[in-house]
Amino acid sequence: MKTTRVLAASLLAAVMSVTATSADEGTPHPPREKWSFAGIFGRFDQAQLQRGFQVYKEVCSSCHSMSLVRFRNLSEAGGPGFSTGQVKELASQYKVKEQNDAGEDVERPARAADAFPSPFPNEKAAAAANGGKAPPDFSVLAKARTYERGFPLFVVDALPFVGFSEQGVDYIHALLNGYEDPPGGKEIPSGTYYNKYYAGHLIAMPKPISDGQVTYAKNDKGEPVVPETVDQYSKDVAAFMAWAAEPHMMARKALGLRVILFLLVLSGLLYYVKKKIWAKVGGEVHGLQPELHKTY
Amino acid sequence: MFLATGAGLAVGAGALAWPFVASMAPDAETIAAGAPLEVDLTPIQEGQIVNVFWRGKLIFVRNRTEKEVKEASEVKMADLIDPQADSARVKQGHAKWLVVYGNCTHLGCVPIGHQGQYEGWSCPCHGSLYDTSGRVRRGPAPTNLPIPPYVFESDSKIRIGEEGGKAVA
Amino acid sequence: MSAHGNTYVPKSALAKWFESRLPLIGLVHSSFVSFPVPRNLNYFWTFGAILIAMLVSQIVTGIWLAMHYDPSAANAFNSVEHIMRDVNYGWLLRYMHANGASMFFVAVYVHIFRALYYGSYKAPREVLYILGVIIYLLMMATAFLGYTLPWGQMSFWGATVITNILAAIPVVGDTIQSLLWGGYSVGNPTLNRFFSLHYLLPFMITGVVVLHVWALHVTGQNNPAGIPIKSGKDAVAFTPYATIKDVFASVVFFAFFAYWIFYQPNYLGHADNYVPANPAVTPAHIVPEWYFLPFYAILRAVPDKLGGVILMFSAVLILALAPWLDTSRVRSCNYRPIYRQFFWLFVVVCIVLGWLGAKPPEGGYVLAARICTAYYFLHFLLVMPLVGLFETPKALPGSILETVTGPGKQVSGSGMPVGAAAAPSSKG
Repeated sequence: MKTTRVLAASLLAAVMSVTATSADEGTPHPPREKWSFAGIFGRFDQAQLQRGFQVYKEVCSSCHSMSLVRFRNLSEAGGPGFSTGQVKELASQYKVKEQNDAGEDVERPARAADAFPSPFPNEKAAAAANGGKAPPDFSVLAKARTYERGFPLFVVDALPFVGFSEQGVDYIHALLNGYEDPPGGKEIPSGTYYNKYYAGHLIAMPKPISDGQVTYAKNDKGEPVVPETVDQYSKDVAAFMAWAAEPHMMARKALGLRVILFLLVLSGLLYYVKKKIWAKVGGEVHGLQPELHKTY
Repeated sequence: MFLATGAGLAVGAGALAWPFVASMAPDAETIAAGAPLEVDLTPIQEGQIVNVFWRGKLIFVRNRTEKEVKEASEVKMADLIDPQADSARVKQGHAKWLVVYGNCTHLGCVPIGHQGQYEGWSCPCHGSLYDTSGRVRRGPAPTNLPIPPYVFESDSKIRIGEEGGKAVA
Repeated sequence: MSAHGNTYVPKSALAKWFESRLPLIGLVHSSFVSFPVPRNLNYFWTFGAILIAMLVSQIVTGIWLAMHYDPSAANAFNSVEHIMRDVNYGWLLRYMHANGASMFFVAVYVHIFRALYYGSYKAPREVLYILGVIIYLLMMATAFLGYTLPWGQMSFWGATVITNILAAIPVVGDTIQSLLWGGYSVGNPTLNRFFSLHYLLPFMITGVVVLHVWALHVTGQNNPAGIPIKSGKDAVAFTPYATIKDVFASVVFFAFFAYWIFYQPNYLGHADNYVPANPAVTPAHIVPEWYFLPFYAILRAVPDKLGGVILMFSAVLILALAPWLDTSRVRSCNYRPIYRQFFWLFVVVCIVLGWLGAKPPEGGYVLAARICTAYYFLHFLLVMPLVGLFETPKALPGSILETVTGPGKQVSGSGMPVGAAAAPSSKG
């Protein structure tokens, strides 16, 4: 009787082996980085989010909008932890349009409640200024990018403690570090750049950042806290994007721990009560009319 | 008498259902926005594919090179999944202009231009390939990219959504 | 709701007055308190209760989300992000609802395979079982409609692909498609009506669930031995025995559910759905949600569009024929040594089909999908009728009690009359 079981197993194995051959498409997987916000106890590193915001503000924001993020978010719990004063000051550096009483467009300084202003007035303008393809908005980009981990890793990724859900940030970090000369000195179409981690390798975004481009704040002794390298910049900005995409992540993980512990304790109690009740199962049960089932 | 009453009830129920069904059909504003669309061909360079939207549907307007036209017209009918001559897919005297709906006939994805073995389009979803006449050359797509109704107003201008001198419904 | 004797006796004058006008309490009592439950049920039988809990969870979170959601093509995506960012606990409601859909399907698949393993579809439970298939179909429709609402890329293209499937239906396909779209393609009117229907269908599901439970209370529950209750010794009262077991199992299931909500909220979704819908750009792979993948694999296994569509719908509808395709007189696979092997093969085939549904339809994948699709149908059309005819089932136990205590033994009662635990008068 084991034949069918063997048959089923070999079917499964045959199908799996088919994929092993076609999985490789020439785009390497982004290297896996260590993120402070990964895992069940993961928390954002405030200093890192602040640095990431600095990179976004000084470099990325000239092309990439972040239209779902409000200035006030920067001072909200679970985020980069700027003070409300800093946020007010920061917002006032930007101008937003509104209408005056005469119905004319006028500019006023942004307030904490305003969204990050976009670098282009609309998507068509963004596309026209960038070779026909608008740079993607950053608001939820960390959740909108991923890569396939394949079998069996995708199963492992779902599990507690060994799980993994930082594909998006790994990809963003890898992409920023993935600019290379095309292999074999191949010609590539103008307006495209070779990137190891981009699907198809030809990306419309030129290498956006280089070592030393952003000057981070120094510590009390005037020494740099972290290196000013592309690797560090891209880690910081990816972490910032992870927060922007999921601003309540820390609240979620903290609440989750309590909820799951509560449910486990409750199920323990219920199991005990269930045992107790079922221990009483004895003879004829009161109030039943089993003859109704006899024909079945 | 019973029959007449029954028939009356059925007619009444049908009449009552009709407005509910009809209200789900495209509304007046949608239909109005679906009026014929003029496309100026002068800015489209040779070899270029331009995307236009008409009635929410993507349409490719392709200025085919001479080589592409030649290749498309020399294909044997026997090699085609959905046999159709290239000449039947363009307007007479305007062989270099190909106007086709831009959604794969399999499940509606947008094929990518200048790709695939036949250099027409290649669908990223399920791998259907189209040639430079928008004809399907490899499945799973069952039919060629359909041709929207259009007329040449002049050599450099087409009007999509018009056929035989009047707008399509 | 049930034909069982009503053991509820109203005590107070008010209860008597009410009961003589609407015997509601008596109905609830006979259905959920004194209702006889086979005493040998295992934990697979708790999934009915878990499913009801999931249905309630989905309806409640859905109603609350609808208070903040804006079903217009221009604002849908941003309103979902508004829920995620600004609404108090909005992220919790949305992740509960999105992952709840997946958990609903996890539970329904356990429930369906349990029914198939233990022969719960067989006489006299055919109607009960077919109502279940209808609920499953309604669930699929609801899940599909709901997935379009965030109006991301997968929402839009999923809706496009599925509505194009309907266009393959001869004669009326185009009309149905146009009535669903309310335009010339998937667009704002489509989103509006999908939201309306997504709100409606769960209440239709609730209605069919009531019929499903009603039918269950007419025929009584099947059980792992697949033999009927023969005496009161074979059964326990629904309350407290089944109730406490169901509550315990539901809480364990909710702990599992909570893990997804809090720690893997996007694992079961698609990254592409965080990109706003764009009719001019197709995502690289259009893949439905995991619970549709086996059917998607069947759709794509056929090179012909209409053929694929017919086969995909047949794959669901054939489930409804199981009561008549299975010729065996024994219900439970525990006593069907040969069919049991085929049952597990069928489970593996369904899982492999699901996995193939997520893969691009090329080369070996297509071949594998065709082999699995062939087995899927042969299992119903060939294996079920033939194995039932030729198989020699194992000897069935004499009674349900025997399967619990061993043959011939008497219950070593704990000395407490069980009736006390199920005493009706103190409840209700």
